[in-house]
Amino acid sequence: MSAAWACRRRAVLRGLVAGALAPALPGAALAERFAGAYDPQAEAIGDGLWLVRGADEPISFANGGAIANCAILASDDGAILFDPGASRGEGHALDALAKRLTGKAVARVYISHLHPDHALGAAAFAPAMVHALPATRAGLEREGEALADGMYRLLADWMKGTDLVLPRPDVRAGPLVFGGRSIELVALDGHTSGDLALIDHATGTLLAGDLVFHDRAPATPHADLAAWRAALDRLEALPHRLLVPGHGPPDASGRHHAIAQTRDWLGWLEETLRDCVKRGLDMGEAGEVPIPARFSGMKAARYELQRSVSHFYPAMEASLLPRL
Amino acid sequence: MVRRIAAGLAGKAALAALCVPALAIVGPAACPAAAQDPQALDRAQVPADPLGSPMWEHHAAGLLTSGRILFDPRVAVRLPLLAENQHVFPVTVDARALEANGRPKVRRIVLLADLNPIPVAVDFTLHRAAPFLATRIKLDQRTPVRALVQTEDGTWHVGGQWIDAAGGGCSAPPVSRARGDWADHLGEARGAMWSAAEGPQLDGPVPPGGMARLRLAFRHPMDTGLVENIPPYFIESLKLRDAGGAVLAEMAIAASVAEDPAFTVIVPATGAVRFEAVDTGGLVFAGTVQP
Ligand SMILES: [Zn+2]
Repeated sequence: MSAAWACRRRAVLRGLVAGALAPALPGAALAERFAGAYDPQAEAIGDGLWLVRGADEPISFANGGAIANCAILASDDGAILFDPGASRGEGHALDALAKRLTGKAVARVYISHLHPDHALGAAAFAPAMVHALPATRAGLEREGEALADGMYRLLADWMKGTDLVLPRPDVRAGPLVFGGRSIELVALDGHTSGDLALIDHATGTLLAGDLVFHDRAPATPHADLAAWRAALDRLEALPHRLLVPGHGPPDASGRHHAIAQTRDWLGWLEETLRDCVKRGLDMGEAGEVPIPARFSGMKAARYELQRSVSHFYPAMEASLLPRL
Repeated sequence: MVRRIAAGLAGKAALAALCVPALAIVGPAACPAAAQDPQALDRAQVPADPLGSPMWEHHAAGLLTSGRILFDPRVAVRLPLLAENQHVFPVTVDARALEANGRPKVRRIVLLADLNPIPVAVDFTLHRAAPFLATRIKLDQRTPVRALVQTEDGTWHVGGQWIDAAGGGCSAPPVSRARGDWADHLGEARGAMWSAAEGPQLDGPVPPGGMARLRLAFRHPMDTGLVENIPPYFIESLKLRDAGGAVLAEMAIAASVAEDPAFTVIVPATGAVRFEAVDTGGLVFAGTVQP
């Protein structure tokens, strides 16, 4: 990348070190300056298919940003990686893991959507092997550097060498055979303006990306809630035995539990925030409302509620508060 | 309906008069009236800060007039867990516990973010309002956010907490500047009142005892002057009056309040409330909120 890019990144790292040396700044654990090593663990969930579970947490220095689920699929022409993780380091670790599991290095990377915990690990791979929906590519062109800046600020040394690698915007919806493996690509939107899902026919597995969260509250920074609900309907109609969400444990219930839970949360969220505007609450207060007991098993619920208030509340006020 | 009056105020003196003198602002976007209070405290009188802020002594000496200074848990400054958007960071100040059991009334609340280039966001003189304020501010970096609350006996009660934030809240252009449509909606006001009489809402945010919750929001870029080629331009005062003209509450407002500023206050439920906001260009945005 450009010299300006590298300079800015170095400045960010310096800033963090300076913060750590400043006296009497309680709060953030600023002593955490040196990253550990990624150690992704694979779980076999089907024939030639492995799941690497992300931490069901917000992005933090402690987890190195490795919070998104990733999937590795074996093929005759090399492994397929569905989401390369948050950083070059995580991407490299996933590549090494794929080689151990399948005997072949990663030959194809799909980026499900533009969010940095799913997309920035592309830095570990040759750009020509990284693919995404055109809307994802466009989003990364627009916001990729800003998203990466945010990750550098939170993750410092974990992000070392993570330059923005833009995916080829050549993913089209439909069936595909890669290295003898028969898959289907599904082009949706709603979580962001481009959300890719993948069906692996051999195992009947649906890799849903961040359109589905499971026992972990959905994140909404680029969400269009109506489009998201429509995408959930589409996913529910696709035959599958196992669903791998973008965050949280896989859903083998066969009863679309994870899809229903995501839909339930999004509906509750929208209705609750509208109700808060109508009851005269300000943004901060809306982020403090009780979360129903049925979501008590959902990780990061309060955190994502407060993020969602920030994403939606001003526009809701602009439409619901009377003009004076 | 809102009246939008282009009130050509006469020169800088008139502008300066709109800034409450104690609204001290450091940094390049200083308000023209940002004079130090003549009664300002000696630094030796400032108690040590439980938050350990590097700017506490400076701000306390500059902002707090004479009187005891207490770090007081009855001053609740409620913040989200994270600053998702450092341009629009919600803050709720609730100091109603100070007035319990007939204790001295609160007369002023200063909302302060120690490490912002424009540290004071709002200087709220209560008159007849309850000691409660919810609004949104910009954050330029990790900083303590606090409320300096003065009671009638002169004592300052201080509450607050640290919030982590990415840079750029004060030094990045507002969204409407980037979109280019800020002038189309300048000064448009929205708002409403919720009174205790509205029954089912009593369990929620509606205050008891003949008080009403009032929300007001304005379209305004709230330019800080810290962004290249955009001079400071912001709503700098807001005054609320009852139907008879008596002042219910007033605020001096700085450019560190978020774009499209919004305020939630609690005022006596005595009928319609007239509002008048004035910006640094001398524009007056006025109207009435019906109960
Ligand atoms: Zn996402």
